[in-house]
Amino acid sequence: MTISLPKKIWIYFLLTVTSLLVFFPVLYAFMISFMTGPEILQGKFFPQSFSLDNYFKVFDRLPLVKYLVNSFVVSVGVMFGQLLVCSLAAYAFVFMPFKGRDFIFFVFISTMMIPWEATMIPNFFTIQKLDWLNTYQGLTIPFFALAFGTFLLRQHFKTIPKELHEASQIAGLSRFAFFWRVILPVSKTSLVTLGAYGFLTTWNMYLWPLLITTNSSVRTVQIGLKQLQSQEMSTDWGVVMAGVIVVIIPTLLLLFLGQKQLQKGLSQGALK
Amino acid sequence: MKRVELIDLSKSYDKQIDVISGINVTIEPGEFFVLVGPSGCGKSTMLRMIAGLEEITSGTLKIGDKVANGLPPNKRELSMVFQNYALYPHLTVQQNIAFGLDVKKVKKPVQQKRAEDVAEMLGLTEFLQRKPRELSGGQRQRVALARAIVSESPICLMDEPLSNLDAKLRAHMRMEIRRIQRTLGITMIYVTHDQVEAMTMGDRIMILHEGKIQQVGKPIDIYNNPANPFVATFIGSPPMNLASAKNDSVSSTLLIGDTWHLALPANENYSHPSSELIAGIRPEHLRPATKDTPEADKFYVEVTNVEVLGNETVFSFELGGNEWMAKWSGQWHIDSGDRIPILIDTGSLCIFEADTGELIKKPTDLGNFVFGKEVLL
Repeated sequence: MTISLPKKIWIYFLLTVTSLLVFFPVLYAFMISFMTGPEILQGKFFPQSFSLDNYFKVFDRLPLVKYLVNSFVVSVGVMFGQLLVCSLAAYAFVFMPFKGRDFIFFVFISTMMIPWEATMIPNFFTIQKLDWLNTYQGLTIPFFALAFGTFLLRQHFKTIPKELHEASQIAGLSRFAFFWRVILPVSKTSLVTLGAYGFLTTWNMYLWPLLITTNSSVRTVQIGLKQLQSQEMSTDWGVVMAGVIVVIIPTLLLLFLGQKQLQKGLSQGALK
Repeated sequence: MKRVELIDLSKSYDKQIDVISGINVTIEPGEFFVLVGPSGCGKSTMLRMIAGLEEITSGTLKIGDKVANGLPPNKRELSMVFQNYALYPHLTVQQNIAFGLDVKKVKKPVQQKRAEDVAEMLGLTEFLQRKPRELSGGQRQRVALARAIVSESPICLMDEPLSNLDAKLRAHMRMEIRRIQRTLGITMIYVTHDQVEAMTMGDRIMILHEGKIQQVGKPIDIYNNPANPFVATFIGSPPMNLASAKNDSVSSTLLIGDTWHLALPANENYSHPSSELIAGIRPEHLRPATKDTPEADKFYVEVTNVEVLGNETVFSFELGGNEWMAKWSGQWHIDSGDRIPILIDTGSLCIFEADTGELIKKPTDLGNFVFGKEVLL
């Protein structure tokens, strides 16, 4: 399909405007991260000079590297945990007939209607009783069983022809072998989607880590950002924004890399 | 090369209505056995019961000499080809073919050798490194076939394997499957709804309707002597013409479709407790009347539709509320609306009992259509 030049210019103009609109907050944060205090108060958009002072200050004031590592460990942990639990659950819901399967699935899915915050207090007590405060397992394990993820994968598994299951039964594949050797490779696309979703939500999680962590041993980076704000009487916004930029870099990277993989996976299914 | 025996097999999903019942048949080793029937007749269910993908409600299934009712699919030593081929989309053709061997822990070099041999047999050698989605329908079909052959199982089950192919390719694959089956001598159980496939491929065919066996036998015997009106109309294209008939023993005539009086030979009489009969005749047995035909033997029909196929002409007319068709070889210039005289031989007539569908008179005169090899010598 070819688009005429004026139309192309118009489309690109619109795209540029909207992308600027969407990207403006991030761009502004990026600019602020190079500014000094007075500059920010003057409401300038471009800093006078691109000094990295704020960045040094951030790493100085907070154990930011440690927080980043913590966040990374927790996010990756939740991502793999979710992939494992959800894919196994979805497999059972699709390929193993048992009594009351649809009902159980319905109950499972209906938990999506309960806001997470409502279950926060019982969850907190459970974790406390288990003595998992300030531990990685306390931060990760409550998120492994994800109704949304199970639902997503179940929908994908359902599109896999049942003949594939039957063919592997005749070949003599065990249930787990079928899951491992056929189902997982075939549903790579959905797994990548769910993985990216799990990583990003965990990376951006605020409330739960705030409750569960009381010291910097396993504290995640989002809490660190909050700490920057409240440490002094007047917040040094330049430093906070420098922290923000550092924090969003991994997510942006993941999104860019993941997007490419995702597009590849999606187009693979579409092309015959 | 194993025998498969089905003894009083039945299947029910809700424990009340049997979708399949009273199946008794023995499939001989090395036989090409075709299960044919309209959709929903239970033929696929039966195949899946043999494969072990569907539970057997009652009856006995024997594979070889062993009772196989409770065996898991992989212990039944069979291979299966599915309608949609069921190829693993993430594996290459080579891996797809060797998958079953890999599961059985066959050594890698042996796997590769066997996969390559089978690929060569089916002309897949140049596609071994491709993924299924990069293949055409016919090639995928071959991969599915290769996967079944490579397992060297004595029994092979096929569930409508050719229905996704175009007509030309289908004709070709029919021959190819038949050739492979003969070469390897495997016992083949083949499910199809296409009577042409059944006629051309099977050593024996079994016609199923509403979960019950209608007839089992050699294709040509079934064609010539259909056991009931259902089989008569299911096998053959165009189907056998049927119409209700009455036997008048006084005047020794058969009244077909309330309009035709067919004089019967003196020694033939179909007096039956219920005089309601069904008369049937194959389209090719309705012959054109010639100038020499006595006027009394001619039946005049009004042509409603004509199809000239090049080597033969099929035209239809109405009789007693049914559409009848006649098939004459050659190109006949007939227009719809014409009244033309035709001939019926009592010898080529089938007569069924109307209530039970039982065949009470086989066609005796097939002389013009059956040829021996001797004719050519």
